Amino acid sequence: MIPAAFEYKRPMSLEEAISHLAEHGYDARVLAGGQSLIPAMRYRLAQPAVLVDINKLPNLGYLLEENGKLRIGALVRDTDVEFNKNIQSKYHLISDVSMVVADPIVRFRGTVVGSLCHNDPSGDWAAAAIAARAEMVIQGKNGTRVEAIDQFLVDSFATSIGEGELAVEARFPIPNERTSGAYEKIERKVGDYATAAAAVQIELNPDGTIKEAGIGITAVAHMALRVVEGENLLRGQKPSLDLIRAAAEEARKIADPNPDARGSAEYKKDMARVLVGRGLIKALRRLNVAVA
Amino acid sequence: MAVQTTNLEPKGIQGLGKAIKRKEDSRFIVGKGNYLDDIKLPGMLYMALVHSPYAHAKILNIDASEALKIPGVKAVITAKDLAAAGLSWIPTLAGDKQMVLADGKVLYQYQEVAAVYAETRQAAADGAAAVQVEYEPLPVVVDPYKATAPDAPVLREDLKGQMTGAHGPRRHDNHIWTWDVGSKDETEKALAASEVRIKQHMVYPRSHPAPLEPCGCIGDMNPATGRLTVYMTTQAPHAIRTVLSLVTKIPENNIRVISPDIGGGFGNKVPVYPGYVCAIVGSIVLGAPVKWVETRTENLTTTGFARDFHMDIEIGATKDGKVTAMKVYTLADHGAFDAAADPSKYPAGLFSICTGSYDFQKAYAQVEAVYTNKAPGGVAYRCSFRVTEASYLIERSMDVLAHELKMDPAELRLKNFIQPQQFPYPSALGWTYDSGDYEKTLKVALERIGYAELRKEQAEKRARGELMGIGISTFTEIVGAGPSKDFDILGIKMFDGAEIRVHPSGSAIVRAGTRHQGQGHETTWAQIVSEELGLDVDKIIVEEGDTDTAPYGLGTYASRSTPTAGGAMALGARRIREKAKKIAAHLLEVGENDVEWVDKKFVVKGVPGKSVTMNEVAFAAYTNLPPGMEPGLETTYYYDPPNLTFPHGAYICVVDIDKGTGEVKVRRFVAIDDCGTIINPMIVEGQVHGGLTEGFAMAFMQEIAFDEQGNHLSSNFTDYLLPTALETPKWETGHTVTPSPHHPIGAKGVGESPTVGSPAAFVNAVVDALAHLGVRHIDMPITREKVWRILRQAGVDSF
Amino acid sequence: MEITLKINGAEKKLNVEPRTLLVHAIRDAGLTGTHIGCDSSSCGVCTVVLDGKTAVKSCTMFAVMAEGHEITTIEGMAQGGKLHPLQQAFHDQHGLQCGYCTPGMIMAAHVLLQHNPNPTEEEIRFGLSGNLCRCTGYQNIVKAVQQAAQMLQQPAGAAADD
Ligand SMILES: Cc1cc2nc3c(=O)[nH]c(=O)nc-3n(C[C@H](O)[C@H](O)[C@H](O)COP(=O)(O)OP(=O)(O)OC[C@H]3O[C@@H](n4cnc5c(N)ncnc54)[C@H](O)[C@@H]3O)c2cc1C
Ligand code: FES
Ligand code: FES
Repeated sequence: MIPAAFEYKRPMSLEEAISHLAEHGYDARVLAGGQSLIPAMRYRLAQPAVLVDINKLPNLGYLLEENGKLRIGALVRDTDVEFNKNIQSKYHLISDVSMVVADPIVRFRGTVVGSLCHNDPSGDWAAAAIAARAEMVIQGKNGTRVEAIDQFLVDSFATSIGEGELAVEARFPIPNERTSGAYEKIERKVGDYATAAAAVQIELNPDGTIKEAGIGITAVAHMALRVVEGENLLRGQKPSLDLIRAAAEEARKIADPNPDARGSAEYKKDMARVLVGRGLIKALRRLNVAVA
Repeated sequence: MAVQTTNLEPKGIQGLGKAIKRKEDSRFIVGKGNYLDDIKLPGMLYMALVHSPYAHAKILNIDASEALKIPGVKAVITAKDLAAAGLSWIPTLAGDKQMVLADGKVLYQYQEVAAVYAETRQAAADGAAAVQVEYEPLPVVVDPYKATAPDAPVLREDLKGQMTGAHGPRRHDNHIWTWDVGSKDETEKALAASEVRIKQHMVYPRSHPAPLEPCGCIGDMNPATGRLTVYMTTQAPHAIRTVLSLVTKIPENNIRVISPDIGGGFGNKVPVYPGYVCAIVGSIVLGAPVKWVETRTENLTTTGFARDFHMDIEIGATKDGKVTAMKVYTLADHGAFDAAADPSKYPAGLFSICTGSYDFQKAYAQVEAVYTNKAPGGVAYRCSFRVTEASYLIERSMDVLAHELKMDPAELRLKNFIQPQQFPYPSALGWTYDSGDYEKTLKVALERIGYAELRKEQAEKRARGELMGIGISTFTEIVGAGPSKDFDILGIKMFDGAEIRVHPSGSAIVRAGTRHQGQGHETTWAQIVSEELGLDVDKIIVEEGDTDTAPYGLGTYASRSTPTAGGAMALGARRIREKAKKIAAHLLEVGENDVEWVDKKFVVKGVPGKSVTMNEVAFAAYTNLPPGMEPGLETTYYYDPPNLTFPHGAYICVVDIDKGTGEVKVRRFVAIDDCGTIINPMIVEGQVHGGLTEGFAMAFMQEIAFDEQGNHLSSNFTDYLLPTALETPKWETGHTVTPSPHHPIGAKGVGESPTVGSPAAFVNAVVDALAHLGVRHIDMPITREKVWRILRQAGVDSF
Repeated sequence: MEITLKINGAEKKLNVEPRTLLVHAIRDAGLTGTHIGCDSSSCGVCTVVLDGKTAVKSCTMFAVMAEGHEITTIEGMAQGGKLHPLQQAFHDQHGLQCGYCTPGMIMAAHVLLQHNPNPTEEEIRFGLSGNLCRCTGYQNIVKAVQQAAQMLQQPAGAAADD
């Protein structure tokens, strides 16, 4: 299938990109990895008048640790994360996610930031960003702002990025040695969006109680959700199977999925529960805490 | 001159049973295959189609004016334009007719409504998007069981009130035909007298072959000569030529159909599709070549679906597990036009193989076909005409019976197999099975998988609350359609032809009416000829797919190539050898009776040192003939097989089930096939791997689904799920060899056995894992949710 | 618009629309070994290599985006009449039937081996899971990649026996 015609802009600097975006407003779309946008255009579900290709922008491909944060530039591909040794050893949640987004070839092009900007209700990165309490860096004509992920993700396919703006970076806190996480996803096959998925991150106190917990679930509501009540239950407690059961149950409660070919609402809700439970068990096991 | 090539052909005489590497690979591995979309003709136009968003609607108006304004768009045609050429409807292979472009109304979502021709593919796509069509939606029929309700909307107004169709009486405007076989009374009597009876309803869902290369066509009418060349992704080029001649009235000698390399067919590329006709009409009208290549959506929504059989079975048995009788009722959803690709006499294909490998004394089967608001099809998807449905039905049902009898499913099968001494075996539904040794094959499979230990492990696991299952399928196929007394398509008998020409230097060209799509004919045909004539395989070129050069034949599908064209190849070669023997006698200066064919040479009887090779004979055929003999060494042979062939196999599957999510993991799968004589074991194994993977896909993933409005829910590869390397299990294969007694080389055909035989093994394994929870049957595709529902209802839960 | 693409080491000047997909541009340039099998970026038969180390679905990239990159297609794999080990191995292990997925599969495997020269069977299945094959059931493709990995690790000249 052939996309509808569009005007193509290939800015060579961030300023130029922002000025194209400002000029064309909502008629313009940022083109990053293109792995969501181009298929949608081929089906003519998206017919943007102007595409601003950011792939040639300098200095957006960085993936580095600085000031307590992992900084992921807007041109970092999923595979940059997947193949990164530091991430594999330290960022368990992020590493898990990087292996199950889309398929291995799509991951060579798809960007982490692009996925967050796309905010697909079944996207994987959003759930992870919620669990890890990430932030987004947004730049426009009037400068740069940093936004917590919960403020950034607004609704299905909607973020707080305004007209004439683009996201330049996602920031994840650097986990200490008492922090681990996991991503549990069920998909019908490789390359399918999740039927349901759960991202969890746990930080333990030196005494073995839970200091902080993050739980994000995706594909089970209009957008990825934070399981606030589940996090509250875990915080300050000593890990146990009963505790995990109770926290996981909170995921089932808030999940509000649409039934579709991937499953009924009932099934997806139960999967939100099962996957949060499994994720917590796995994260704790990675911290050498056996609960099951 | 030495030509630098990357050619990898195997060398020397390589006959039957050799796992030589494939001759055709050389071009594919370097990207030099020649598939339809690779062909570019000067001045070629591109075509795009406009599709209906509704499953059933009246067309009020079609406005192409905006489309025609787009630069590069040359023309837009609709049914009205086709009617002028007498081409708005075309006959189907099943004795029905179908619209080429929607004529007054649409009968399924995505039906073709208009064709747009343009100078570029972009302009064609823009043109199609710009055609405005006004519809008035009509009530739809989606559920085949509701198709013949008294108040069901009439779908085919062209047939309204006609109470007879191509296959007998019709009882409703949406009823197509009823076909039955066997003795109903005797079967019912035997069932009533049986000590044990089971009944089961099961659905073989609608599926689609979805080869990775979509369908396509280039029509190329030469206005100067009046000759039409058609490049088409077709598995049956000669049949297509004949059909095209019938519908276009162009004399058959003025039509040349070329089927280039095909990127997988699996039955999808047998019928004639509206897009093909529109590309050809476009070329005739516009005087330029027109190319049409399907989008994946067009492929999945409009071209030949498969299966969609809704089956009810009843089986009777004695208490100790001897089957007595079987009765089957099947409702077949054929969509909006009856375009099933079955031999004329068999509207339900070879479904009557449903008694399988078992000695049923009485049987009766009835199949009814109905129209619904879905795309037409009913193609033999990696299947010999509805054999997949039949095998699934019997193999699933044997497990239901075993469950009822509390008997081990392997034991029940062993108890009921047709025995080797019973062949040729007349089945209760009228077939004569050629040969088989079912017990041997099953025992090899049981041994290979370690059946007894697995049952022990299962019992232990079950005690611990873990779920594992073992599923068996011991199917019998029926392939090689077929003998001319029973088999034809549109009246054309289903024989196949082979032409062999041996050149003076001892090389040869071999042509067949079949058309491979990955099956390896370029290698296996060469092996048969190498075996029969003692020529080097690397000096034998195999050519298929050009109707101007290849002998007539009905094509490659339904595992028929080896049984038919393979037979023609062997017998043609033997005819050449007869003549060669005369030449050899002349060269050896002895009488013909003093010459014999030993070790692929002509030898003077009793004088082992005195011999000539086929190479020498070939040279003599053009240079030094016996007086009076016609020069040359070539023949064309048409083979009309005396019977069908009946490959069989024993498959065993082991699954583990995740109690949290309902996920089924196939732990092991052993497939022992018996396809008679094996021409090339490497190719046979490859065919089995591929077929098993499609069987796996059907059991767990693939389904063409619709919502209540008839909206297609599986219109691309994000919704119609094909397994990747990661989901696909690892296959363990093996074989037994029971040659066909009537086939010239004893071969039976294999491409489809695994697709036919495996789905029941997967489903049986899952049901076996859940049997203690009261489960008897689960319809395909077995999704996680179906299993999850069973688990939760039984109170099984876990992270 | 006029663009220049570097495909298999040769510069090609092409006239494309911005919406022209890379796969169409490559095929229109006469390199028809790269195929098309879907519209949803699912099948991978269009896979080509970008800058030696990344595999991309060329149906999910506009041709204009490939300017400045080195593109390698199946036609660029054999060198001086000698097949690439992956090509040889696909033949040896019967890793293809209809051949339609083969070019994309070989290009994906090529990149996989760049990142993991000695993959396990599971890693190969994982790495090739963006590419569909409808004919082979993948098993012989996996074997072919294993053979190629071995061949690539052997000193030149000591190719696996035919
Ligand atoms: C076959 C297939 C399967 C997939 N499966 C999954 C899956 O399982 N899970 C999953 O999460 N994703 C999946 N995806 C989507 C994939 O991960 C995408 O790559 C990702 O969602 C978008 O990233 P991108 O860089 O390709 O963005 P693009 O497609 O380029 O852009 C997506 C949207 O985000 C906007 N955008 C991108 N970057 C920016 C920016 N820096 N600033 C502002 N706006 C921006 C664009 O304008 C566009 O609207 C799949 C894709 C394919 C083709
Ligand atoms: S053509 Fe299917 S992924 Fe590119
Ligand atoms: S060989 Fe046919 S699709 Fe892979």
